[in-house]
Amino acid sequence: MQPPRRLIDVEIDGAAVRVPEGSTVLDACRTAGKDIPTLCHGDTLTPKNACRVCVVEVEGSRTLAPACSRTAEAGMVVATDTERARHSRKVVLELLASSTDLSTTPRAKEWMADYGADPARFGEEAATVAQPPKVDNDLYVRDYGKCILCYKCVDACGEQWQNSFAISVAGRGFDATISTEFDVALTDSACVYCGNCVEVCPTGALSFKTEFDMRAEGTWDESEQTTTTTICSYCGVGCNLTLHVQDNKIVKVTSPHDNPVTHGNLCIKGRFGYGYV
Amino acid sequence: MDLHFGDAEPTAEERAAVDALLGPPATAWEGGDRTAADLRSAARAEQARDRLLPALHAVNDRVGWISDGALTYICRRLTIPPAEAYGVASFYSLFSLEPRPPRVLHVCTDLACLAKGVREVRDGVPSPCLGLCERAPAALALEAGETPKAVVYGGSTAEDETPHTVERPEPPVEDAVPQAGSPGLVLLGRIGVVDPASLDDYRANGGYQALRRAFELGPVGVIREVTEAGLVGRGGAAFPTGRKWDATARQPDQPHYLVCNADESEPGTFKDRVLMEGDPYALVEAMTIAAYATGCRKGYLYIRGEYPRATRALETAIETARARGLLGPRVLGHDFAFDIELRRGAGAYICGEETAIFNSIEGYRGEPRTKPPFPVEKGLFGKPTVVNNVETLVNVLPILLTGGSDTKLFCVSGSVGRPGVYELPLGTPLRELIDLARPAGTLKAVLLGGAAGSFVTDLDVPLSFEGTRAAGATLGSGVVMVLDEEVDLPAFLVRIAAFFRDESCGQCVPCRVGTVRQEEALHRLGRRRSEADLVLLREVGQTMRDASICGLGQTAWNAVESAIDRLGAFK
Ligand SMILES: Cc1cc2nc3c(=O)[nH]c(=O)nc-3n(C[C@H](O)[C@H](O)[C@H](O)COP(=O)(O)O)c2cc1C
Ligand code: SF4
Ligand code: SF4
Ligand code: SF4
Ligand code: FES
Repeated sequence: MQPPRRLIDVEIDGAAVRVPEGSTVLDACRTAGKDIPTLCHGDTLTPKNACRVCVVEVEGSRTLAPACSRTAEAGMVVATDTERARHSRKVVLELLASSTDLSTTPRAKEWMADYGADPARFGEEAATVAQPPKVDNDLYVRDYGKCILCYKCVDACGEQWQNSFAISVAGRGFDATISTEFDVALTDSACVYCGNCVEVCPTGALSFKTEFDMRAEGTWDESEQTTTTTICSYCGVGCNLTLHVQDNKIVKVTSPHDNPVTHGNLCIKGRFGYGYV
Repeated sequence: MDLHFGDAEPTAEERAAVDALLGPPATAWEGGDRTAADLRSAARAEQARDRLLPALHAVNDRVGWISDGALTYICRRLTIPPAEAYGVASFYSLFSLEPRPPRVLHVCTDLACLAKGVREVRDGVPSPCLGLCERAPAALALEAGETPKAVVYGGSTAEDETPHTVERPEPPVEDAVPQAGSPGLVLLGRIGVVDPASLDDYRANGGYQALRRAFELGPVGVIREVTEAGLVGRGGAAFPTGRKWDATARQPDQPHYLVCNADESEPGTFKDRVLMEGDPYALVEAMTIAAYATGCRKGYLYIRGEYPRATRALETAIETARARGLLGPRVLGHDFAFDIELRRGAGAYICGEETAIFNSIEGYRGEPRTKPPFPVEKGLFGKPTVVNNVETLVNVLPILLTGGSDTKLFCVSGSVGRPGVYELPLGTPLRELIDLARPAGTLKAVLLGGAAGSFVTDLDVPLSFEGTRAAGATLGSGVVMVLDEEVDLPAFLVRIAAFFRDESCGQCVPCRVGTVRQEEALHRLGRRRSEADLVLLREVGQTMRDASICGLGQTAWNAVESAIDRLGAFK
């Protein structure tokens, strides 16, 4: 149990809200009922604040601030919906959508419409990160043409959760990618197939092989899927598993992020051992 | 940490290069011979992540590139996950992860050299600004081997048929200082006057008097003098140095670190190189004073990888100072311990950003960190750190001796007869500086502050921090690049855009993708005028400025914007 935290007052779009000390501006915005887009922010990780779709105006700050990472301070005056903030969000969405396949990024379409983003204006010749998906094992696929380089998988695999350090960001600038050492196949890397990177990926660049194959066949249909949460029976830890079922088949396994012990992380058995459930 | 290493083995040469830096491996785990002791006890691994960059240099310098086997060996020695080390090695442009010949010619294709007619690279790889602008067009040959070689070529013209094959001796440093030897020079006063290798010469010319004065004043007194002199940073951001020092000195967290930022990679900037090549002891003395004032026992001098002569000069200066008791456990016999470690960058402009430099030194990718927290609170290794530019530090010597110089160094290049580093009082009109440098041709515009700066056409603008700001420009790192009517402005702007695209670390979307879109639009505009592309540039530019993490993305649109608004580019 954490000791109760002091409350501080901040102003969000003219309304006063009270949040515990140490909260982010994003927490405060959500408390105030604002729906700010986020991509590199995840509920179980410290964000790298790399995507910049969550920028807001903080009074007294020369540049816009990433809501997901800026700590809220007492008396802070934040504006979430100014023209300047909306402009940056719009252009950031355009930059992303013009370079990356966002077709499996939840809410991307809705945000693009909200902000009036028009990625086509960069022209047909605009450089993209399009590339063939990496299918090098039976459990999950890495389709980096959909990757926005949010660093979440790297953090989940590395020091924030898994401590396997199988993947890292390699290269620089627009050529940067998520990669194993010398781009070796996952099967030759340090990967232990916990799938925790898949769990946190916000774009569908990482997906279960089952999902990837079904999408390719055109049979993936989330509206036909049901979910059940159970307790993993492989060992005594007692991780929660959420089984996603379509046509009586388990098509993927996630884990609730609010579990106080596992925070959505699993091991290979819980994540991919569903053939035996 | 349970690390997984591949099977690739280093060659004997690669192993020797790493062992020469790190010493022989202690255990089989680290890639040594298996001994009985290894079998009995769990392997004790060295934890020295910050040796990664030097180790990568060791292999690249010896063999010319870094193989899978070499990288694996380094990772075993330093207990680093191979994927992370690969991420670090692939961040730097001087490292190759594919086989290549030992000798690589880096031909500068950047602004000053472009203005001097470099168009294509015949026998080498294109390079961002090499900091040799006074000798434009310039090239640098790096040759791997047991004794790696670096040869600088300058002033070769497009007509020169054999420019970069014959070794030529480098001209003396003072050739880069047209005012060399004139009275009144303060920061440049010793350039061409002292032998850069000689500590005695330095001392005979006023060296180490400022440090003695510092010991008399005490740390608080030194900070007071620096604050009162009104010194502001010369690295580009113009932050008051005294305030930075005071804030660091007050931090209870220990240890404190000093980092001298000698990464000088802003296109058109070469003043720090000239200071380091011509007066290296001045920097060593100034760092010692900064460390004394802010309570640092250890200083890192991070120098850009493309500066071989400055690196040699500083290696000599640091070793000599150490041997003579001017660095080490008791500096000048006082109860003050301080030493300097030289770290070489490896080809990444972004590592000059004040937090990226920490990640680079620590052995991580040179990506800027989020601020706050600021370096004075959590900097290198998470400890309070003061980061200062070379010129800033050197300014401290005259402040302690005479109350300060109030001069600034300017790097003049482009269409002038006498390019080089000039020292003039802050506030001197731009016209006066350009006249000193003997303009050639009909002046079109001056790029102030480098690629991150902006164009001006008003030659009456006073060269001071406030004066340039009032004119909607910036002194930045002191770049004054003179362009005449002959310049191909659209091509020049494309080159600026390409620089930022190449040098973006890739961390944040506005800069990673925005710099690409900016370059694409400028290519299109070079072919035909388009209102839509101008709007696009403005919108992307504003977003880079507003929403990027660091100064690189935030300034990547400055020069292009000023060219459109002030020079009527694409009208
Ligand atoms: C992209 C980028 C590159 C930079 N490169 C350098 C550099 O090469 N040398 C330098 O002194 N400062 C550089 N700076 C400025 C540093 O961040 C920092 O402000 C400076 O080192 C502080 O020292 P000063 O106060 O003495 O100027 C750079 C900043 C940015 C954003
Ligand atoms: S599956 Fe687990 S170990 Fe493998 S890359 Fe993803 S997070 Fe790392
Ligand atoms: S693969 Fe997914 S989690 Fe990893 S960086 Fe790309 S988008 Fe983010
Ligand atoms: S602005 Fe550019 S250089 Fe700076 S952090 Fe973002 S991507 Fe990296
Ligand atoms: S969600 Fe805040 S920067 Fe990505």
